[in-house]
Amino acid sequence: MAVLTASSADGKELIIKIKGRFDFSTHQEFRNAYEQAPLEMSCYVVDLKDATYLDSSALGMLLLLRDHAGGDSSQVKIVNCNADVKKILTISNFEQLFTIV
Amino acid sequence: MRLLIAEDTPSDRLILANLIKRLGHEVILAIDGKEAVEQFIEHRPDIVLLDVMMPYKHGTQVAREIRQIAGEDLVPIIFLTSLNEASDLAACLEAGGDDFLSKPYNTVIIKAKIMAFSRMRRLHKEIQGQREHLVQEQIAAKGIFDKIAHYGVLNSPNIRYLISPKAIFNGDVVLAARHPNGDLLVLLGDFTGHGLPAAIGALPLAEVFHGMVSKGFALEDVLREVNSKLKSILPVGVFCCATAAHLGFRNRSIEVWAGGLPEGVIYNTQTKLIKKIHSQHLPLGILSAAQFKYQPVYFEMDDNDVIYLWSDGIIETVNAEQEMFGFERLLNVFTQSSNPNTVFDEILQHVEDFAVQGSEQADDHTLIEVKMQDAPSLALQHALLVKPKVAHRGLADCVMSCELGVESLKTFDPVPLVTHLIFQVTGLKPYVNTLNTILAELYSNALEHGLLHLDSVLKNSAQGFAKYYALRHERLNALDEGYIRFDIKHQPTEIGGKLTLQVTDSGRGFQLAQRQVTPASETNHNSLINYHGRGIRLIETLCQRLEFIAPGNSVIVEFDWQWL
Repeated sequence: MAVLTASSADGKELIIKIKGRFDFSTHQEFRNAYEQAPLEMSCYVVDLKDATYLDSSALGMLLLLRDHAGGDSSQVKIVNCNADVKKILTISNFEQLFTIV
Repeated sequence: MRLLIAEDTPSDRLILANLIKRLGHEVILAIDGKEAVEQFIEHRPDIVLLDVMMPYKHGTQVAREIRQIAGEDLVPIIFLTSLNEASDLAACLEAGGDDFLSKPYNTVIIKAKIMAFSRMRRLHKEIQGQREHLVQEQIAAKGIFDKIAHYGVLNSPNIRYLISPKAIFNGDVVLAARHPNGDLLVLLGDFTGHGLPAAIGALPLAEVFHGMVSKGFALEDVLREVNSKLKSILPVGVFCCATAAHLGFRNRSIEVWAGGLPEGVIYNTQTKLIKKIHSQHLPLGILSAAQFKYQPVYFEMDDNDVIYLWSDGIIETVNAEQEMFGFERLLNVFTQSSNPNTVFDEILQHVEDFAVQGSEQADDHTLIEVKMQDAPSLALQHALLVKPKVAHRGLADCVMSCELGVESLKTFDPVPLVTHLIFQVTGLKPYVNTLNTILAELYSNALEHGLLHLDSVLKNSAQGFAKYYALRHERLNALDEGYIRFDIKHQPTEIGGKLTLQVTDSGRGFQLAQRQVTPASETNHNSLINYHGRGIRLIETLCQRLEFIAPGNSVIVEFDWQWL
C-alpha cells in the first residue's frame, strides 16, 4: 500500500507508483502525492505495475486525480496494468476518461 | 469524585482516606479483597485504589474482577505498592492495573494522578456517548434506506431479490417500478465511496426513478436525469455503478443500459441459453449531462426469459485460499441448474459454500431475479379502484393541441407530457394505465411507421429485433422534416366525460381503398393491423371508437369515461 512519486526529466510529468493494494487505505497518501506536486504538470502517469488489487475507492481516487489535473482537459495515463486491474478498469469503462496502457 | 480504597493495613488505610478526603473527594473503604469487590458493585466508584497484598483475594484478582464488572466503562485502577513489591509490578499491569502509588503517600502525586485519571474517564465517557449516538443514527438511516428499497414494486410475484444487510454501508440499491402501461423498469446500483455519504446517494436516485417511471418516462430520460442529479450532488470520486432494464411486456422487448457493474445475465429457462449484459457505459454521476451516453442493448423478450443482476459482492467473495468466486463459477450455477425456480437459491448456496465460514463476506450480496412470466398484467379494461381525492376540480371542457417538429422528435418523448395534460381532468386519473397505453401506442405508430417508415414485421425475426431498433435510431437521427401533432378535446357529460384524441403525423399514411374506412371493414382492418402492428387491436378494445382519416396518417380515438 505504498505510494511513490517521481517526475520526468523535464519536470512536466508526474509519475505515481502504487505498490500493493490500491484501496481506501491508500487515500491520503495518494492525494498527497499529486497535491504536493507543482500545479503545472502537463501529464500524470499512474503506474500500477506493483499494484495487486484495485477497488471502487481506487476508481474514485483516480477520478479525483483527473479532476485535479483539469477534468476534461486533463492528461492522465494509467500504465502497466495486470489482467485483474485491467478487467476492473474495463468493466467501469474508464478508458473513456483515461488513457490506459 | 468517588474513590474506593481497598487496603488491609488500618493505619495506611486511614492515612490515605484522610488525604483523599482533604482533596475534596468521597471515600469508600474496603478492608480486604472480598469486600473490595462487594463495595465496587454497590457504590460504583470513579477510581479504585487497590492494595496488592490483601487477605481473601489478591489485589490482582480483585482488579480482574472489577474490570469484568465494569465492562465497557473505564474505571482506572491504581495499585498501592511498597518498594519491595516492585517485582510484582508487571503482574499488576497485566491484571488490569493502570498505575501505581507507592508508600509513603505524597499528596501532590496523588492529586496529580487523580486529576489525570478523571480527565481520562471524562474523555472516555464522551467517546462512549458519541459512539452510542452514531449507532442510533445508523439505525435511523437504515430504516430510511430500507423504505427506499421497499417502495416500488419489488414485491411483485415475478421478482425475487436480496439486498446485502450491509447495503447501508456499501451503497447497494435495488429498485423496481411500474410504467403506467404495465412495463417494468428495474435498476440495481452500487454506490462507491465509503460508508454513509456514499449510501446517501440512494435517496435522490430512488426519488427520481420512482417519480419518473410512474409518469411514463422512458428509461433514457430517467437515467439522464439520475445521472445529472448524482453528478451535481455527489463529490468527485463518488459514483453509482448500475444496470437498468426496461422490460417492455407490450412490445416484447428488453432494453438494457449497463454502466460499471459486472455482467448481468438473461437466462432462458427453456433453451438454457445465456445472454450476457456487458457494461458499456461509465457509471452514473461521473459525466455531465452533455457527455452522458445512452447506447442500450435490445433483446427480444421471450416468455421464458429471466433477467439476473448482481453487485460485485458475489463475484468477489473469497474462499480460504483467497481465491475469488468469480464469474465462471456463477455461470456454472446456471448451466448446471435443473430447476429454474431454484436458480436464485442455488446461486446463494454456492456462494455460501464457497466462502470462508462465518466471514463477513458470506452474506454481503445484492441480487435480483426478474421473470418475464408471472409478470402481473395490468387490467387495462377496468379502471384502477382509486377514487380521485379532489372533488371534481380541474379541467372539464377543453381543447388542446400540441405539435412536435423534427428537432423535438429527436430528443423529446411527448407521451409523459401529454399524459400529464390529460390528467388535469381529475376524473380521468383512475384510467391512467389505459390512457397511457393508448397514447404510447398511437405515438410510436406515428413516429415509427408514419415518419420513419419502419416495418413492424422486422420485429418478428430473431435478428430483426435488434436491427429494428438500430434502424429506428439511425432514421430518427437522419430525419430532416416532419411533425407529429396531438389534438386533445375533452367534454364533460352528466356521468363523466368524453375524451377525443387525435394523433396526426406528416407521413404519407398508407394506401386506403376508395371506400370509407371503418374498423368494421375486413380488408381494411387487416391492412391496418399489418401496417401498425398488434397494438392497434388493443386500442380498439379500449376505446369506443377508433377511426383512421385518409390517407391514413391520422387516427382519432374516443374514450368515454364515468365517475367511479
